[in-house]
Amino acid sequence: MSAELEMVIGLEIHAELKTKTKIFCGCSTAFGAEPNTQCCPVCTGMPGALPVLNREAVRLAAMAGLAAHCRISRHSVQDRKNYFYPDLPKAYQISQYDRPLCEDGWLDIETETEKKRIGITRIHIEEDAGKLIHRPEGTLIDCNRCGVPLIEIVTEPDLHSAAEVRAFLTKLRAILMYAGVSDCKMNEGSLRCDVNLSVRPRGEQALGTRTEMKNLNSFQFISRAIEYEFRRQAGEVAAGREIVQETRRFDEKSGKTFAMRKKENADDYRYFPDPDLPPIEISEQELAQWEAQLPVLPDARKAQYVDRFGLSAYVAEQLTASRATADYFEQAAALTSAPKTVAGLLLTEVPRLLEPGSEVIPVQPRRMAALADLLAQGDLSSGAGKAVLGALWTQDGDPRTLAEELGLLQISDEQALWPVALAVVEHNPKAAGDWRRGKQAALQSLVGQCMKQTRGRGNPAVLQVLLRRALEQ
Amino acid sequence: MRCGEMTAAALSAALQKRELSAREAAEDCLRAIEERDGGIGAFLTVTDELALRQADEIDAARARGEDLPPLAGVPMALKDNLCTEGVRTTCASRMLEHFVPPYSSAVYERLRGQGAVLLGKLNMDEFAMGSGTESSYFHPTRNPRALDRVPGGSSGGSAAAVAAGMVPFALGSDTGGSIRQPAAFCGVVGLKPTYGAVSRWGLVAFASSLDQAGPLTRTVQDAALVLQAIAGRDARDATSLEHDWSGLADGLYAGSAGLRVALPRQCFDSGVAPAVRRRTLDAAAALEGCGAQVDEVSLPALDDALPAYYVMSSAEASSNLARFDGVRYGFRAEGCRTVEELYEKSRSQGFGPEVKRRILLGSFVLSAGYRDAYYQKALRARDAVRAAFDGVFSRFDLVLTPTAPRTAWKLGEKRADPTEVYLEDVFTVPVNLAGLPAVSLPCGQDESGLPIGAQLIAPHLGEPTLLRAAHTLEQALKGGGKQ
Repeated sequence: MSAELEMVIGLEIHAELKTKTKIFCGCSTAFGAEPNTQCCPVCTGMPGALPVLNREAVRLAAMAGLAAHCRISRHSVQDRKNYFYPDLPKAYQISQYDRPLCEDGWLDIETETEKKRIGITRIHIEEDAGKLIHRPEGTLIDCNRCGVPLIEIVTEPDLHSAAEVRAFLTKLRAILMYAGVSDCKMNEGSLRCDVNLSVRPRGEQALGTRTEMKNLNSFQFISRAIEYEFRRQAGEVAAGREIVQETRRFDEKSGKTFAMRKKENADDYRYFPDPDLPPIEISEQELAQWEAQLPVLPDARKAQYVDRFGLSAYVAEQLTASRATADYFEQAAALTSAPKTVAGLLLTEVPRLLEPGSEVIPVQPRRMAALADLLAQGDLSSGAGKAVLGALWTQDGDPRTLAEELGLLQISDEQALWPVALAVVEHNPKAAGDWRRGKQAALQSLVGQCMKQTRGRGNPAVLQVLLRRALEQ
Repeated sequence: MRCGEMTAAALSAALQKRELSAREAAEDCLRAIEERDGGIGAFLTVTDELALRQADEIDAARARGEDLPPLAGVPMALKDNLCTEGVRTTCASRMLEHFVPPYSSAVYERLRGQGAVLLGKLNMDEFAMGSGTESSYFHPTRNPRALDRVPGGSSGGSAAAVAAGMVPFALGSDTGGSIRQPAAFCGVVGLKPTYGAVSRWGLVAFASSLDQAGPLTRTVQDAALVLQAIAGRDARDATSLEHDWSGLADGLYAGSAGLRVALPRQCFDSGVAPAVRRRTLDAAAALEGCGAQVDEVSLPALDDALPAYYVMSSAEASSNLARFDGVRYGFRAEGCRTVEELYEKSRSQGFGPEVKRRILLGSFVLSAGYRDAYYQKALRARDAVRAAFDGVFSRFDLVLTPTAPRTAWKLGEKRADPTEVYLEDVFTVPVNLAGLPAVSLPCGQDESGLPIGAQLIAPHLGEPTLLRAAHTLEQALKGGGKQ
């Protein structure tokens, strides 16, 4: 290989808008109903049925645009994208072509190593298609999803690693949820991501031929698909082969991508403005009203957390990724002198205890605050902290009382620990001798002995100091 | 006099005076259909049981002394692209031969709300594409005035049913002249309302930006009566207009004194048959006789209207008719192994040649590389047509033209060259492109006794003036004995 290759990634993300009813009719958008129980002549494309735009979908899409720093078009057009597929009852999808609702936005992302701005080309409104259910006896169509409102968010090809993609999606998901635009449940398909990936020698400006990986439905699969596809394309380039422009399917079992169909220029959707739908007009007043409805967004909160609580930018970014988590953090942080410890608990211990897919923490914020204080003051070891949190998860109570009951409270009192340190030095002459001859590691074994004597409750940091003092005597 | 030969207004009056019952009116019309339609073929479905049930309901309500709307008990028939819940709606296509919609069109609902009684569904060109009702999958319709002639189209069944005295009024749909031209060919009144005046909910779409349902009647007064019943905003059609339509039928009698009427030079082109030219001039003279002022104008933008219309309407049709794919409803070809094969065979076998021609044309003009040259150019031509009408209407109240350049042709005569038939729409399509209201009314006959129609065009939502002038003209021509 002559030059090192880099990957260039642009994303197309579909998010379901959180409207109660569909985009062009009054049918429910609730997930999980019996097939074909939430549809009508409009969303099943019966002859003579007509679409009428749900204005709430426009508001939510505009909120997404505002949150992503886009320019909102005061006049946009809905177009028909014509193609035949059994899950598309009208044989056209109502979408937006050359006059989308939102254009030219960006989001800042923070990975562990750097901060970057990712361009957002456009956000437009469209309707979802139905779902095909393949059975041995044949293929069935569920029209419940037909006409569920979506936004499609298209990024610039500004992303260069799986980590960046993950950071971007985390941020995007955060703002969509903050702004009440979408549930963003990947497992229910309310957030879906297509990845366009190409490779080029580092430093090269021109884009290589890209492949598209469609409908990846978890962060983990996205990362794996990107890693695999990058290696595959690099392999093709190394072997002197051309990259073929095509759609590829990521197979979750094998972790590989497979060609689905050639993406030829023959794909011609014959877009034209839908004559059933007048253009979408947004008044200045309406737009101002929507702007005022926008909540404080993750970036603003993140800056606050760095400023007020001394959190690192990376920790603050993680914490603000979910509105529920950030709200919880703010409540607990107000009641503790150790907000950093609260942040640590929320990012490391809490996720282990949460039900998959849930964000509901059954512990009152004031209890979390008290627990953080105990940890910060050295009254609890980190292991004991975990145990107390686990106990709080199932029963309410004062963390200190709980820790006492469980016998977990840490002993940090020097007077109480001094006799233990002296005794351990006396009874372990070999280790003491080793330390005195300069072997630092010997101290750890002495700390371990002290912990054993205190049945794990001695504060190791205090014990280290006391042991040194005893050894130097 | 047979009920089907009466005007809706006269029949309504007779029903209100209890000179006859709704059931008697329906039965009389059903008998007329049985006697006369065999030689004409206006109906695709006769809903006799339903009609009698609906009529009985009206009679029962009247017996209870209820206050009934004006059309209560008046029989009607609908073009078969207007959905009727529980009654098959075929669009005269094999594709929808057995399609029974689970919902009704807005116009059917409104007319039912006014008490009108459904006799059946009327023949048409397949999916409303044509000018002779010859492209119906089922059978052609014959012109009641001359059985070897076409009734016009695409609402040929609607015009023929009224002209043959089988029903007092019918509804048609008009995308490029499909109400007005058959009205002219059959010697009845046909009204195409302002785009958005009448809800398109349940009207099976041909070209959504041009389609509009409207009445075919025996008189201008009836047209006003029916329009008033069907017009008005409908939340289910985003293009339908908020507008006050009350008083339309009462405003007909104010005369036409002082109205300024424009007569475009194209009316005297060599393409226009001499008899048609003469009768149009007679109509202009009759209007002048009533105190209107008629002037010739030049409207060159009209010449671009025809190609623009065929590009736009076909483009929209190619998309509107894509849903007929054999998957969910309608015709499905047998023995297909892949979904592609199912699409191809169902559509190949389910659509007739004229529909296929328009779908192909429409797909072509929208496809990458041709969109700008055809579709976008047609949009600009449409803007030019609108601007031209705006210009005329800044100086005139109405425009007068022949409805069609010639009278009804013989069945089968024009099957060889479709573009020859397209030329028949030259006076009607500009009206649809501009979204304007227009009416065709009988203004005499040619040397073979075939009816000729005069078309009056009004500005956007100008129906009151339009119908007032049409009524004056109708009365003047009747008085002059030209009919």
